[in-house]
Amino acid sequence: MKFIIAIIKPFKLDSVRDALSEIGIAGLTVTEVKGYGRQKGQTEIYRGAEYSTNMLPKVKLEIAASDDIAAQVVETIQQTANTGAIGDGKIFVLDLASATRIRTGESGETAL
Amino acid sequence: MKRILSNFAMAATGAALLAAPAFAAPAAAPAPFVPTADMVNKGDVAWMMVSTAFVLLMSVPALALFYGGLVRAKNMLSVLMQVLTIVCVAALVWFGWGYSMAFTSTGTPFPTLFGGLDKAFLKGVSVTSLAATFSNGVYLPELVFVMFQMTFACITPALIVGAFAERVKFTSLIIFVVAWMTLAYFPIAHMVWYWAGPDFLHAAPTDMGLLWGWGALDFAGGTVVHINAGVAGLIGCLIIGPRIGYKKEPMPPHSLVMTMIGASLLWIGWFGFNAGSALESNAFAALAFVNTFVATAAAGAAWAIIEQIAHKKPSLLGGVSGVVAGLVAITPAAGFAHPGTAIILGAVASLVCYFFVTTVKNKLGYDDSLDVFGIHAVGGIVGAIGTGIVADPALGGQGWIDYTAPVAKAGVFDLAGQVTTQIYAVGVTVVWTSVVSAALFLILKYTLGLRPDAEAETNGLDISEHGERAYN
Repeated sequence: MKFIIAIIKPFKLDSVRDALSEIGIAGLTVTEVKGYGRQKGQTEIYRGAEYSTNMLPKVKLEIAASDDIAAQVVETIQQTANTGAIGDGKIFVLDLASATRIRTGESGETAL
Repeated sequence: MKRILSNFAMAATGAALLAAPAFAAPAAAPAPFVPTADMVNKGDVAWMMVSTAFVLLMSVPALALFYGGLVRAKNMLSVLMQVLTIVCVAALVWFGWGYSMAFTSTGTPFPTLFGGLDKAFLKGVSVTSLAATFSNGVYLPELVFVMFQMTFACITPALIVGAFAERVKFTSLIIFVVAWMTLAYFPIAHMVWYWAGPDFLHAAPTDMGLLWGWGALDFAGGTVVHINAGVAGLIGCLIIGPRIGYKKEPMPPHSLVMTMIGASLLWIGWFGFNAGSALESNAFAALAFVNTFVATAAAGAAWAIIEQIAHKKPSLLGGVSGVVAGLVAITPAAGFAHPGTAIILGAVASLVCYFFVTTVKNKLGYDDSLDVFGIHAVGGIVGAIGTGIVADPALGGQGWIDYTAPVAKAGVFDLAGQVTTQIYAVGVTVVWTSVVSAALFLILKYTLGLRPDAEAETNGLDISEHGERAYN
């Protein structure tokens, strides 16, 4: 099993979710996050007082996937969240040691 | 208020003094004019009472929300509470001795600078006493005039708090307000607005405030309210010092939504402030109303345009700042200007204020937190001097009215002379309020203290001074 973490632009969330549903991903967790990378920050100006915010809002997706579709998930996110502009985000893949469904106690890939 | 004066009054002073003994001779003196209840118009009374409520709306909630949105969330309630309490205290002080000091000229060693205490606690003001307007033979119940002017006394000290928001000790501030009203607001209101009235001036041509006597034009309070408060704010923020972290950490407004609501309510309330200052429900009130509308519109648009050019992004804060700058600038000119010149005055004031708060303030480095000086004093000065231009009948203005004759008539307008008089009036206001404000702030700084300690300021005044939070 793989645990996939993707940081994407907030406005891409809906299309990424739709694309993942089509390839059979049944659930994911979304968090609103802030961070910075090559895109740097943005400048706010209040009556001439300039504040540069170096943290930008992003959306973090967390998805647990079986080994056979993990590569497809990464590819789908990469293609759907891509705008070609700086600041599109990153995808990280970790090995997942176990998964348990709380309601039934099932574990392993059947819990996904 | 305050439509005009006669430049002739000063020349007439000497003649009046020589003629004074003649008043003792019954045969030579005309029967003194006595206003009667039938000179009161119910339409005027209704309009003035509505205007009075509108001007109160400018302080609470309009100014409170306008300022409150601009501070950080941890200081929101402190600003609301400062404005609310100042309004309450100012109303009581006005009842106590303010009205008497501003609008009488008896019982005082300097009748052109401030009045005495003959009407303290509204002594002698009753349902039968009358107050003059700007027309011969037209009167208001004095209680209406007392109340209308009271709302001006309420908002002026409340304007000051924006200059040192987020870092002032509440009790010291309230003590400052009582003293400042007594020593700065009432005398300047007296100097600019007090006069005997159209039916009395010809018989008592020296019974007027100093600046009124010079012929300074201030329709609704550019000098008395805005320059006065703006300069006091600047002195205050210089003596109190900048906020902890100023220019080092971001201090963005916590809710521009509230600032927008406040600015919009200010605009609405300002119709009472400016159009009500005609003191009658007539065409001059309508002129002031129109000018308050279009000058403000031009000022709001001008600020947005200059930001579009300078930053490619017109900001809401810029738009509402322009609106307030326009309202301030048209205040002294509201009943004098043609709407066309009012638009120009509003736009010019907006651009001058934009340059001041974005460039000059940053270069000088003082922390006038909410730009009380940059908008109210600077906009007020542009408006006060501009009034001397836009009032010119050659530019469609209303000129000034000569009340030295028993029946008022239009005076001869001298553009250069009028502008010079306006500059003198601004100068007197700036010097007077600077001296009073500096003395009061310094005394408080070295006695009760003006600032909470650093921990209280860092935690926010809502918790440290008032024991509550705006948002839970």
